[in-house]
Amino acid sequence: MSGDMNGIWVFAEQRGGELHEVSLELLGKARELADEAGKKVTAILLGHDIRSLSQLLLNHGADSVLVGDDPRLKTYRLIPYARVMASLVHTYDPEILLMGATYMGVELAPRVAAKVRTGLSAHCIDLRLGEKGQLLQVVPGWGGGVIATIACPDHRPQMATVMPGIMKALSAIEREDTVKEIEIDLPEKGLGPEVLEVKREKPDQLPLEKAEVVVAGGWGIGSQEDWKMIESLAELFGGSVGATRPPVDEGWAEEGQMIGQSGKTVRPKLYIGIGISGVMHHVVGMDQSEHIITINSDPDAEIFDTSDVIVVEDFRKVVPKLIDEIRARLKK
Amino acid sequence: MERIIVCLKPVPDPKQWDEVSMDPETQTLIREGIASVINPLDKHAIEAALSIQGVLGGEVVLLSMAPPSAASTLREGLAMGADRAVLLSDRMFAGSDTLATAHVLAAGCRWLGDNDLIICGNMSIDGSTAQVGSQLAELLDLPNIMHVIDLDLGEDGSMVVTRKIEHGFARLRGALPLVISVRKELNKPRYTSFTGILAAESKEIKVLSNEDLKISPEVIGIDGSPTKMAGIELRRFERAREKLDGSVDEIVESLAGRIYQYGII
Ligand SMILES: Cc1cc2nc3c(=O)[nH]c(=O)nc-3n(C[C@H](O)[C@H](O)[C@H](O)COP(=O)(O)OP(=O)(O)OC[C@H]3O[C@@H](n4cnc5c(N)ncnc54)[C@H](O)[C@@H]3O)c2cc1C
Repeated sequence: MSGDMNGIWVFAEQRGGELHEVSLELLGKARELADEAGKKVTAILLGHDIRSLSQLLLNHGADSVLVGDDPRLKTYRLIPYARVMASLVHTYDPEILLMGATYMGVELAPRVAAKVRTGLSAHCIDLRLGEKGQLLQVVPGWGGGVIATIACPDHRPQMATVMPGIMKALSAIEREDTVKEIEIDLPEKGLGPEVLEVKREKPDQLPLEKAEVVVAGGWGIGSQEDWKMIESLAELFGGSVGATRPPVDEGWAEEGQMIGQSGKTVRPKLYIGIGISGVMHHVVGMDQSEHIITINSDPDAEIFDTSDVIVVEDFRKVVPKLIDEIRARLKK
Repeated sequence: MERIIVCLKPVPDPKQWDEVSMDPETQTLIREGIASVINPLDKHAIEAALSIQGVLGGEVVLLSMAPPSAASTLREGLAMGADRAVLLSDRMFAGSDTLATAHVLAAGCRWLGDNDLIICGNMSIDGSTAQVGSQLAELLDLPNIMHVIDLDLGEDGSMVVTRKIEHGFARLRGALPLVISVRKELNKPRYTSFTGILAAESKEIKVLSNEDLKISPEVIGIDGSPTKMAGIELRRFERAREKLDGSVDEIVESLAGRIYQYGII
């Protein structure tokens, strides 16, 4: 059993026995920070019959896993989860606690931070170490137009949430099993709202934040009919379709496809933006992409400031030919 | 139902965000001349409160921690139909992070007395942390539910709430008192009527300072906030911006070439 569990913690989020990707991504970052600071990484896994997930956590960077396995933790409920997390923090006194900015994490992390009276920063886009083991938390503000660095000098743990897709998971390596079961101590009553029903559907495209290629369309696409061009292009690359807000409002794309401040943050290998003006609200969700190609008929489009390769043209002239050209090259 | 509190945050009008600049000397944001509006999601919170009030009665009270100038923004909420407002305003509150803000709001809730329901917008459009609702609930020792997209009132005084989760939703039943944070899918905020605006003129906005609330200085304001600002900068985007020229065919040819170079095809 590796002794020190007071280093960097990652909350390993699972629903229905399925680990959320962001947990592995956070482990990747935690590993990097821990190696730099000479600390250990501990993953916290809560649920029921989920012990088998701990190997995955170890293989992706955790030195140890604290497992809370209890029927009362099977389905996520805020109050029991927050109580267990807070009591673990009191027992082990970790330096840092990272959680995904998921629907669950966004609700749970602040409750835990308030319980243990420590600081929490939301939606970090980068995490670094500063002096005296301080965690420097880089967050976007003002719709992303500004980035701020936050620290939590006098309280522990230093807590931060990170959106899915921001950090990179490490490739798995087999590591030895250092798993510790924890006692779950919960009262009979006062556990808050009961869960009546949980319903989830498999998404019909690769989650945007996982796609290697994202083809995003904007208001400039003009119609549901022409939106199909965006979908065909994305499909050719095995990529996903993203959107700005207007196509979502028009119903050409789904809410979950929106990129930007109020939507997803993507960092694909290639982002292709078509008919998008490049308002900050959208740009903050895509500007970390590795390569950015944009097509816009307006030579002064703002999106060009955030582009590697620029095409000033009506997309209706370019995209159909591009689809043919790519298709031809793929056949070769 | 005795009382529903709606937590309301005045935010700089998002339409004017392009006008925000930064003072390079002091590293602070210059937001002069930018109007304040009700945080957009908080309007959905007000709407939810008013429609519950329509069924169960009780009063709807707006609660805000903000500078005294926020009274005009609160007045807009009163014009929508809320009964009265409480503005928590004190220099000691300035610079509060989310936990310190939650301490101030919690004190405001306690000052009001027994509350059945506290409704927040899921997040503010400027800070976007989405942290205050959960922290307020914790400090008041009340259960809370975020990401709320549907609400039903049970006969027995309970509430059935639908919340968003990844690729789906969960339905929960909770007893009051409860804190909920709402998303825009929940409802459509009503338009403010002219009579609403007139009526708002005579509604009370009670201003409370820390003399009234007596919160320990150790948990509020800049000094009481566990998180500290360590730096701030305007975001810059540096990209090659190489424009492809030529006929459409030539452009398509070089585009495909790039995509090949990137190792995509
Ligand atoms: C608080 C807030 C949060 C927001 N959050 C988000 C967010 O998360 N994500 C988001 O995307 N938006 C968000 N928005 C909306 C955002 O401000 C913009 O309105 C939106 O991003 C603009 O989308 P667009 O670029 O598709 O449309 P437009 O700005 O209308 O641009 C359309 C572009 O298409 C080009 N075009 C037109 N015809 C053609 C053609 N035939 N060929 C090529 N180009 C063509 C035009 O030149 C133009 O540049 C938010 C807004 C607010 C106020």
